[in-house]
Amino acid sequence: MFEILVNRELAPGIKLLEVKSPDITKKVKPGQFIVLRINEKGERIPLTVADKHPERGSLDIIYQEVGKTTRELGCLGKGEFLLDLVGPLGKPGEIAKYGTIILIGGGVGIATLFPYIKAFKKAGNKIISILGARTKELFFLEKEIENLSDEFYITTDDGSYGKKGFVTDLLKDLTEKKIDLVLAVGPLVMMKAVRQITKPLKILTWVSLNTIMLDGTGMCGSCRVTVGDEVKFACVDGPEFQADKVDFDELIFRNQRFSKEEAISLNIYNEKCGNKRCPKN
Amino acid sequence: MSKELVRKSMPQRKAKERIGDFQEVNLGYTEEQAILEAKRCLQCKKPLCIKGCPVEIDIPKMIEYIAKGDFIGAIKNAKEKNALPAICGRVCPQETQCEKLCILKHKGQPVAIGNLERFIADWEASHTTNSKEYNNKEQSEPNRGAKGIKIAVIGSGPAGLTCAADLARMGYEVTIFESLSEPGGVLRYGIPPFRLSRGVVDREIEYIKNLGVDIKVNMLIGQIKSLNNLFAEDYKSIFIGTGAGLPRFMNIPGENLNNVYSANEFLTRINLMKAFKFPEYDTPIACGKKVAAIGAGNVAIDSARCALRLGAQEVSIIYRRSEQEMPARDEEILHAKEEGVKLFLLTLPVEYYSDEKGCVKKARCIKMELGEPDGSGRRRPIPIENSDFEMDIDTVVVAIGQSPNPLLLHSTPELKVAKYGNLVVDEESLETGIKGVFAGGDIISGAATVIEAMGAGKRAASSIDNFLAKK
Ligand SMILES: Cc1cc2nc3c(=O)[nH]c(=O)nc-3n(C[C@H](O)[C@H](O)[C@H](O)COP(=O)(O)OP(=O)(O)OC[C@H]3O[C@@H](n4cnc5c(N)ncnc54)[C@H](O)[C@@H]3O)c2cc1C
Ligand SMILES: Cc1cc2nc3c(=O)[nH]c(=O)nc-3n(C[C@H](O)[C@H](O)[C@H](O)COP(=O)(O)OP(=O)(O)OC[C@H]3O[C@@H](n4cnc5c(N)ncnc54)[C@H](O)[C@@H]3O)c2cc1C
Ligand code: SF4
Ligand code: SF4
Ligand code: FES
Repeated sequence: MFEILVNRELAPGIKLLEVKSPDITKKVKPGQFIVLRINEKGERIPLTVADKHPERGSLDIIYQEVGKTTRELGCLGKGEFLLDLVGPLGKPGEIAKYGTIILIGGGVGIATLFPYIKAFKKAGNKIISILGARTKELFFLEKEIENLSDEFYITTDDGSYGKKGFVTDLLKDLTEKKIDLVLAVGPLVMMKAVRQITKPLKILTWVSLNTIMLDGTGMCGSCRVTVGDEVKFACVDGPEFQADKVDFDELIFRNQRFSKEEAISLNIYNEKCGNKRCPKN
Repeated sequence: MSKELVRKSMPQRKAKERIGDFQEVNLGYTEEQAILEAKRCLQCKKPLCIKGCPVEIDIPKMIEYIAKGDFIGAIKNAKEKNALPAICGRVCPQETQCEKLCILKHKGQPVAIGNLERFIADWEASHTTNSKEYNNKEQSEPNRGAKGIKIAVIGSGPAGLTCAADLARMGYEVTIFESLSEPGGVLRYGIPPFRLSRGVVDREIEYIKNLGVDIKVNMLIGQIKSLNNLFAEDYKSIFIGTGAGLPRFMNIPGENLNNVYSANEFLTRINLMKAFKFPEYDTPIACGKKVAAIGAGNVAIDSARCALRLGAQEVSIIYRRSEQEMPARDEEILHAKEEGVKLFLLTLPVEYYSDEKGCVKKARCIKMELGEPDGSGRRRPIPIENSDFEMDIDTVVVAIGQSPNPLLLHSTPELKVAKYGNLVVDEESLETGIKGVFAGGDIISGAATVIEAMGAGKRAASSIDNFLAKK
């Protein structure tokens, strides 16, 4: 059982969970994730470790309430417990001094980006951050990221904050300078659009893939994704991959494979709690 | 054949009834049936049957107790060698192990050793587990932790459980580290409850815990702790029993379409995560009406029979050789046929086609014929030219085999790995290239059987004891 220390809202529908696990906290590196299960009947879901607190033996997870499990997670309070938490999973990102790096975070992908930004900064890179979201109120960690960045940009789809448009609009202008690495984390369509820009320019580009996972330890192939001519398991070979070879179209289909069942689960859950967001947090 | 020579068949539920749920198919012997069956044993002076049992149960002795009606005596006898008798009695391929060597086999039908083992284990559970007194007296271990030496076991499948049980009995302090949320390995996530009820798995693992074994779940060794970390935590020896959990695919076009599963994913969703109880349980499974399981081992048969129970209307096994070469147990093939699973033999899928939503809707297959025997001694399948045909299917389960779990091996480069991913060990002692680190089960053999994994776990336990005695 894993104790919840904090579970609070950062932005509408986006929450920060701090949970105790001294063993994982000791080992986890940027880019790695955990798989959790709330209770006996729960589903195993993967979430990135956004930050860690060695002094408390705990780690932070930032998650968006999109379906049944993340909604249920949002209802748990301080002092409650998660049944299962396993990690750290996946390969750590390759942190080194590359030179100038553009880091792009879309939506809740910003959470995955944060530990990378910290680590890349520490390794002596020049950091250019671009954060994008639908609208102003959905941003989180922006002050923290701005402080770590040499250049910092924000885009919103509706123009309510920063530049109106997509992260990729900004990326086009920024790639006129010499860029050594691009790392993009966000919705699959966003990462695909980033690749569309950086591939012809031959800029080394990494993406972090959110495939559907089950065990997260390499034994089921639920998370498989085609990269070049090879089939990879995102949970052990990734989740970070070089973007130019990823078959995004296949992955977009694969991520919808349980949409019917997900809708059933969410409906039942919503009916049970009157379709309201949990009042507790 | 005189009446006494006729083997008592296993009582089972009717096919039509049993495909409606995930409850056990076999019902087990009654006391009378068990005693009659036990009386068929000739009590051989040189019992060959024992040679066929990798954990060396004293089979004639066990059977003698049963014949006398002393079921407690019988189970105690079995448990001296085998910590998982109710499991082995259900899933051991007895026909190729103990029963294959039984002297009565030549005269017709061997003694039903597996059925008898199952009977006494279940009898013990139903007659004694409610009695606290019995549990304390019969199941507690006088030796518990007496040696004060810590040993780590990685993986809680049959190999790890057996190694841990034996070491605990010798007086070691044993901790099992398991990456999944529940212990048991394939017994938990692979073999479906209609062959091995989860109550039985729980019960036998509880017994091992009672011997003093500590099981820590959610611990993926290699990621959360390295072998060196474990040595630093004062574990004096380590056993690796991480199994063959890496699913193989055929690498044919369309294999990543939706509703194409590895058997591991399909079975884990169902058996470990209880997707068959969706939406009461959250883990989903999408299973269509026309399902094909590719392969012909226990894994393929289990997948096919699970699909039936999820409500599929047409379930086929597609296999590139003939029925004779099918590696699954005879009983499983028979049960699958009774339940309506169709066999497409001498057939090989070569491509899957997609509908507009990215789901599989058709398979293209080719017909095969059998040529000369290959390295495995089975006749090699050869494609017949221009024999392509198409099959409508909406779900595929790929069950063509599993390779050893690579994760821990990759994160520990000092461990030597052979061509097919198997961990290399000393054949006698089962010691790996690292001093004090031993291994057994599917991780060294590739996908094999429960009882072979247990035999290896047992052998490793005695090697570990020797290793520590010498230190
Ligand atoms: C390596 C990795 C790291 C991730 N990190 C984060 C994170 O830091 N913050 C965050 O908010 N989200 C993260 N995700 C996504 C998160 O796992 C899903 O949002 C979550 O599983 C949705 O579950 P649900 O029941 O609430 O929604 P559902 O209604 O079940 O699903 C909503 C969508 O989420 C995806 N999804 C569903 N089940 C799974 C599953 N078992 N595994 C992966 N994806 C699934 C599907 O695309 C689905 O359409 C990560 C995913 C991966 C693979
Ligand atoms: C569907 C199916 C049906 C089968 N039917 C039969 C049958 O009827 N009869 C029969 O005799 N055999 C059968 N088998 C084969 C048999 O189950 C295996 O040979 C046996 O379970 C192997 O035991 P093991 O202990 O070596 O490994 P496993 O049972 O695979 O256990 C390994 C355990 O180690 C854990 N693990 C892996 N890596 C790590 C790590 N890094 N850290 C911590 N834990 C880890 C895994 O999660 C797993 O729990 C079947 C197999 C399958 C898949
Ligand atoms: S454990 Fe298996 S091989 Fe040994 S006696 Fe029992 S059924 Fe036979
Ligand atoms: S070989 Fe057969 S008949 Fe002889 S002791 Fe063993 S079980 Fe009995
Ligand atoms: S989630 Fe099972 S192999 Fe990656």
